[in-house]
Amino acid sequence: MKTETRSEQFDPPSLLGNILRKLHIDIPLFIGLLLIALLSFVILYSAGSQDMDVLMRQAARIGLAFFLMTALAHVNPYQFKRYSALLFGLGILLLLAVLIMGQFGKGAQRWLDLGFFRFQPSEMIKITTPMMVAWYLAEHSLPPKPKQLLIAGLLIIIPTLLIAKQPDLGTALLVASSGAGVLFFAGLSWRFILAISTILTGLTPILWHFMRPYQRDRVLTFLNPEADPLGRGYHIIQSKIAIGSGGIYGKGWLGSTQSELDFLPESSTDFIFAVFAEEFGLFGCVSLLTLYLLVIGRCLYIAAQAQDTYSRLLASSLAFTFFVYVFVNIGMVIGVLPVVGVPLPLISYGGTSVVTLLAGFGILMSIHTHKKFIPHS
Amino acid sequence: MSQIYTLKDKLGENRLFLNRIIAALLIILLLTSGLIVRLVYLQIVGHSHYATLAKDNSIKIEPLVPTRGMIYDRKGKVLAENTQSFSLELIPEQIKDLDDTLLRLQKLLNISDEKIEQYQKQRKRQKRFASTSLLMGMNDEEIAKFAVVRPFFPGVDIQASLVRNYPYADLAAHVVGYVGRINEAEMKTLPIAEYRGSSHVGKIGIENAYETELHGKTGYAEIETNVQGRAINTVNSVAPVPGENLYLTLDMDLQKTAYDALGDFNGAVVAIEIKTGGVLVFASRPGFDPNPFVIGIANDAYQALQTSENQPLYNRALRGLYPPGSTMKPFIALAGLEYNAISAEHKLFCPGYYQLPNVSHRYRDWKKTGHGSVNMTDAITESCDVYFYTLASILGIDRMHDFLQNLGFGEKSGIDLTGEKAGLMPSREWKRKQRNQAWYPGETLITGIGQGFLQVTPLQLARATATLANKGKVVTPFLVRNSASPDSLEDEAESHQEDLAFKPENVDKVIQGMINVVHDAHGTAKTIGKGINYQIAGKTGTAQVFSIKQDAKYNENDIDFKLRDHALFISFAPADDPKIAVAVVMENGGHGGSVAAPIAGQVIKQFLGDNNEN
Repeated sequence: MKTETRSEQFDPPSLLGNILRKLHIDIPLFIGLLLIALLSFVILYSAGSQDMDVLMRQAARIGLAFFLMTALAHVNPYQFKRYSALLFGLGILLLLAVLIMGQFGKGAQRWLDLGFFRFQPSEMIKITTPMMVAWYLAEHSLPPKPKQLLIAGLLIIIPTLLIAKQPDLGTALLVASSGAGVLFFAGLSWRFILAISTILTGLTPILWHFMRPYQRDRVLTFLNPEADPLGRGYHIIQSKIAIGSGGIYGKGWLGSTQSELDFLPESSTDFIFAVFAEEFGLFGCVSLLTLYLLVIGRCLYIAAQAQDTYSRLLASSLAFTFFVYVFVNIGMVIGVLPVVGVPLPLISYGGTSVVTLLAGFGILMSIHTHKKFIPHS
Repeated sequence: MSQIYTLKDKLGENRLFLNRIIAALLIILLLTSGLIVRLVYLQIVGHSHYATLAKDNSIKIEPLVPTRGMIYDRKGKVLAENTQSFSLELIPEQIKDLDDTLLRLQKLLNISDEKIEQYQKQRKRQKRFASTSLLMGMNDEEIAKFAVVRPFFPGVDIQASLVRNYPYADLAAHVVGYVGRINEAEMKTLPIAEYRGSSHVGKIGIENAYETELHGKTGYAEIETNVQGRAINTVNSVAPVPGENLYLTLDMDLQKTAYDALGDFNGAVVAIEIKTGGVLVFASRPGFDPNPFVIGIANDAYQALQTSENQPLYNRALRGLYPPGSTMKPFIALAGLEYNAISAEHKLFCPGYYQLPNVSHRYRDWKKTGHGSVNMTDAITESCDVYFYTLASILGIDRMHDFLQNLGFGEKSGIDLTGEKAGLMPSREWKRKQRNQAWYPGETLITGIGQGFLQVTPLQLARATATLANKGKVVTPFLVRNSASPDSLEDEAESHQEDLAFKPENVDKVIQGMINVVHDAHGTAKTIGKGINYQIAGKTGTAQVFSIKQDAKYNENDIDFKLRDHALFISFAPADDPKIAVAVVMENGGHGGSVAAPIAGQVIKQFLGDNNEN
């Protein structure tokens, strides 16, 4: 295995290879992401009523995100580790600022207005939480001891609760799972995982008590969409009709009738998978899932190849969170999970999530392209 | 030694981590398989079912819009109703050349360019297959003209709908309010499901405050449609629940009397039935016609209303803030008695001005020569300023503030309308917080005659008057009655009234002063006391719009109309068994006794006359 690593680092020098090494880009991951982004344009054109403005705005956003990814890939992973705690602390302070400012505004408050652009601290915390937990656990030997588990648990729960209070259930879920992912890869014992799952199930009634009315609505609607066909259940009913009517091969590109006829709300954002499934059928859906799995597989490979604990934990958790995105979004659109505001990664229109996601992949590339030899003694 | 330990540890960590990567891969594959199984279930097993729903005969869920509740006055007169209206609707998808069609329609029906522009704006916000109205409230001639050429206009049709109508137009526009098209901001706050089929929502007044009750509950129908989207069959439906009809305490005959009596003056009249708190008159002048707002008021008409210096859209009865002037004196007098600060019989000498010790400034009485020696009753009757300067300086601002606040000044009355103003009841604390200044003794004096920082709404004046007439039992004004029958109001009275527990003999002494205002030879409103077999208790007020320089003389006729004093009058009757309390504010009306009092007199006489007949 060690000789393999060696040979990878000492490829025969070629012009392309040299350029790519200078760019710190991981080719398989880059190609996978590019394919998904291109697919995003294809579906958005159809879902967004063939509006070129929508495409241009999305292109600008994805362009910026790819640029940020490449920039982060250049940073030495040691720097991420070094600034983990600082960035995490900053993120928490910004979340608190948003909450306090929210007291003066109305309803949901997620942005900090910096004058020239609006910044969503909860996006930043999606990356800094796993960074912080990985940094903390990497300081100690694995698997984590009970005391470390407790502290790591707090590091996850604090940002999660702050975001859930905004209220933004979808992002809170992603932050929690990114932190939990680190714990899982750090070797949290199966017995403990089982115990936590049992306790969480037991806590459900208490959680219910603290939910906002609209959050309760969503859960109730999920359990019985037919009860509220005009309101919340409408999304799920219509999305199931769109997906089911797609069949095996779909109705073809631009062929979706359900989103065109305005039956399907939010067809360009959270429910875009329904449009995709209607136009490209089961065949398309399985292909898209395979593409996602390839990206996730490559990320896990990068994690396995990583040379220090911090990089491993961070890389594997980012890969895992990406999967949570895919699973929660598709699960809600096909009616097996409640509706929480999680976009289909890299495909849904809008949102700052594209930028955050690709920033995460930038970190993964940085980890993979900055490997050093461990001197053997 | 330790290095070996770390090395060992590292190997263990490696193995553990790789195990976890493999476990994660397995979990991911398992969950993804779950998604695929579900997709197979939807897209293969359920395909024919969903394909039917989606295409051949798709089930559309159509909202069934409830009929909006009607609004009536206390005698059953209709204040807001739904009338049949016809509108010209266009479905862009079914029209080959939209521009040409619009041009032909414009020629045929004389449609203004502005309307076409409005239509284009609205159309762009909607899907191509959605119907958008070009012309609303079509008259018979327009309908007939279009009906003849209808075959030449595919995709254009006349549709009947119910449109809100306000028969009394400007007379009660502020209190009844109006409905208008739901705007983008409202779209975000209204419950989506309930308003899926509704186009209008209450914007102001009762229409706004009772939106939920008036709107009703939206039902829905599951309709089977064919490929063209034409309805074939209703599969299942849940009927809508119509909105509740509301019965107001308002008496439109009295409202009209008050509104007409205000004439060309800007101002407000509020009358409250003392026993219940039911609002009989809630007039604000100038008014405006709410009907154009329902179908979408033209831009220039709206601009005219917005920019008019008389501010017709402004509900003066609810939101107008005025210095109460001398109408505050009966309440200050009662405060003096209740706090044992003065006895009603105690006489004070009025030389025509008042001076604070060691200060040269003279606080003038409205009567330059002075009122001579006056007791409390005289002071109220003749509205002697010097008496109340003296009383105010004895009471001090803290006690005045507490007492007047209990009567509802500086606080919202809690009437069932949105947008009420609380006015301003100044205190030391308020001044320190708002202006970062200490309270000056001079400010206590002018508060005693209802000037200075003090600001009240006509509604607050009427309410405080009603509470005084009610011997301290606080009256809470309301507009919408619980019962639907026009007869009894008894069911909603008294039960929750707070009692300020004034001493009856104190209240009687103040009321005697107020009776004299109307019925004594020296009374400032003696013109309205004639020819009735009961007594009216009242108090005039003249609020300075600006302060007059020391010793400067002024003549009402000389100064600019807009700088003329506001005329105010508060009253209730009959004095021995109070039934109605009335407050009148006339902007720039001059002296309260000569212009504002007769309006209250008219309202009282009509109400008690009507009531006696019954």
